[in-house]
Amino acid sequence: MKKKVLYSLRSPYREQLDVIGFRFGHGKKSAAIVGAMRGNEVQQMYVCSRMVQELKKLEAKGLITEDHEIMVIPCINYYSMNIGKRFWAMDNTDINRMFPGYWQGETTQRIADGVFSKIQGYEYGIQLASFYQQGNFLPHVKMMDTGFASPELMKDFGLQFGIIRKPRPYDTTTLNYNWQVWETKAFSVYANATDVIDENAADEAVYAILRFLDKQGIISANTPPGYITKLIAESKTKQLRSEAAGVFKSRIEIGKRVERGDILGTISDPFDGETVSEIRSTVSGTVYFEYFAPLINSNTVCFKIIK
Amino acid sequence: MIETIATAALAVNENLNIQKRRIENGRSKKRLSLVTGTHGDELEGQYLAYIVGSYLDEHIDCLDGIVDIYPALNPMGIDSITRGVPMFDLDMNRVFPGSKDGTMIEMLCSMIVDDISGSDVCVDVHSSNIFLKEIPQIRMSVPTAPALLPYAKMMNVDFIWIHDAATVLESTLAHTLNTRGTKTLVVEMGVGMRITKEYCKQLFGGIFNLLKELGMWSGETTPVREPIVSEGREVGFVNSDAAGIFVPCVSFGETVEKGDHIGDVVDPLSSKTVEKVDAVCDGMIFTLREYPVVYGGSLLARILQPASGGAEK
Ligand SMILES: [Zn+2]
Repeated sequence: MKKKVLYSLRSPYREQLDVIGFRFGHGKKSAAIVGAMRGNEVQQMYVCSRMVQELKKLEAKGLITEDHEIMVIPCINYYSMNIGKRFWAMDNTDINRMFPGYWQGETTQRIADGVFSKIQGYEYGIQLASFYQQGNFLPHVKMMDTGFASPELMKDFGLQFGIIRKPRPYDTTTLNYNWQVWETKAFSVYANATDVIDENAADEAVYAILRFLDKQGIISANTPPGYITKLIAESKTKQLRSEAAGVFKSRIEIGKRVERGDILGTISDPFDGETVSEIRSTVSGTVYFEYFAPLINSNTVCFKIIK
Repeated sequence: MIETIATAALAVNENLNIQKRRIENGRSKKRLSLVTGTHGDELEGQYLAYIVGSYLDEHIDCLDGIVDIYPALNPMGIDSITRGVPMFDLDMNRVFPGSKDGTMIEMLCSMIVDDISGSDVCVDVHSSNIFLKEIPQIRMSVPTAPALLPYAKMMNVDFIWIHDAATVLESTLAHTLNTRGTKTLVVEMGVGMRITKEYCKQLFGGIFNLLKELGMWSGETTPVREPIVSEGREVGFVNSDAAGIFVPCVSFGETVEKGDHIGDVVDPLSSKTVEKVDAVCDGMIFTLREYPVVYGGSLLARILQPASGGAEK
């Protein structure tokens, strides 16, 4: 393992920001794994640190295949993490909306450029992603449908679901989109939590990534058997939104199968406790996302179901 | 008439309401929409909305048509000094056109678009951000320029910036409305969190001139200035390479020559100048950094070069 500073940025008042990468193996650039780009992505950083542990062991045993190199970047934006911010603290910009970056541009464009220049050219790119809303996810893998790489590859992670997403205009400045533009097959792995550590989901994510690397012949690793992944277009999943606002209670667990008409959660008045809304499933399927916070606004996605 | 054009229930005993005021007189159904407050830290449009609305009230007989004023598309943001939508830390101007059955913000955006659509002209007023000061200008993308330029020239701005189209900007209100046939002009002027009365009055003149050109206004107007159009000119970007405190030594709007000293980045701890900042090209400084703390990459100034082949080159 080689620990390297991939990009540095001086701050007027803080210690220099050093984006650290851990390099395993030698030779062909095979896989890059990127963790936290936002200050609340603690789970994403944690999963990467676990990957560093695993890859270290594999490397010591000579189980990283000849002529394959793997790079792990646990955290890009730890500046924000250390002060409890989500985005770049100075101007509230999101590094994951700045790719491919621009070396003469604004600060976060320069960070994106500095990091991207080091993780470009890998055959596979894996990003530990988070969702902008508080909630629990069934660990799954997602891919942007840019026509470049085959969604079938998602099956090699052995997670329960692989979701294909049509890119929208604002996706064009994300890491994953730009990875694909520069011919890296890019995946987003969702390991449930964001600002807390969920050990079980972290285990699942680590095994999934190891399984994937093993399937591509980059490492040889023994992992517990995975799922036969079901591939599904995001547009085909059902999102249930809150019809009222108030105190939210979920009545189900993610991963559970529900029938059409089942009550998945309730919303009650925050002052008098009266139930103001029952959230019923409009389809039968598996719940892969549930909103997780005591308070909820109207029109908020509270459950996502795979039919 | 004040109208709530979009609403959503918040968790505890409150609704998020987006409101507009319709000022109408005469027979004409021509409609101008004055829209602002998408970014909660931009306030120049607040004063502009006030002076336009109150002048129309006082001279309502001179109006023939409809003026809709939307002062706060992101009311929660303005109320909490937050650029984006506070609950989501989301830039509202990256969510358009929204969607009727989307998330709360997508739904609100879609209702906003529906309400403004059909206006003859929409003026969307922004005021940069807290970091940069801008001379009154209108920005448009190359594909929209043929339709918008004649109207932009009526607006009494100093500068019209025609820029390349970027995919990410397809999620703006202006792009959405222009795509749907509602001519929308994006104004940038002044600086975040402040009101520059002089600029608001300048735009005020532009709006009444536009109303007159649209045949909606028979009252007094003042002659408008001829804007500089960026076509055939380059814009020079001056970014900091060092971290520290930026202290400019030129004035906003000043014309400089390439290599002119325009400011310094200094370090308060070591008392050293860490970067001497020079103009990257000849031209007029139309953007200047207002907020002193800088990182490598922070934008310090933008310079509009003279027309190519011009005498200065
Ligand atoms: Zn703005």
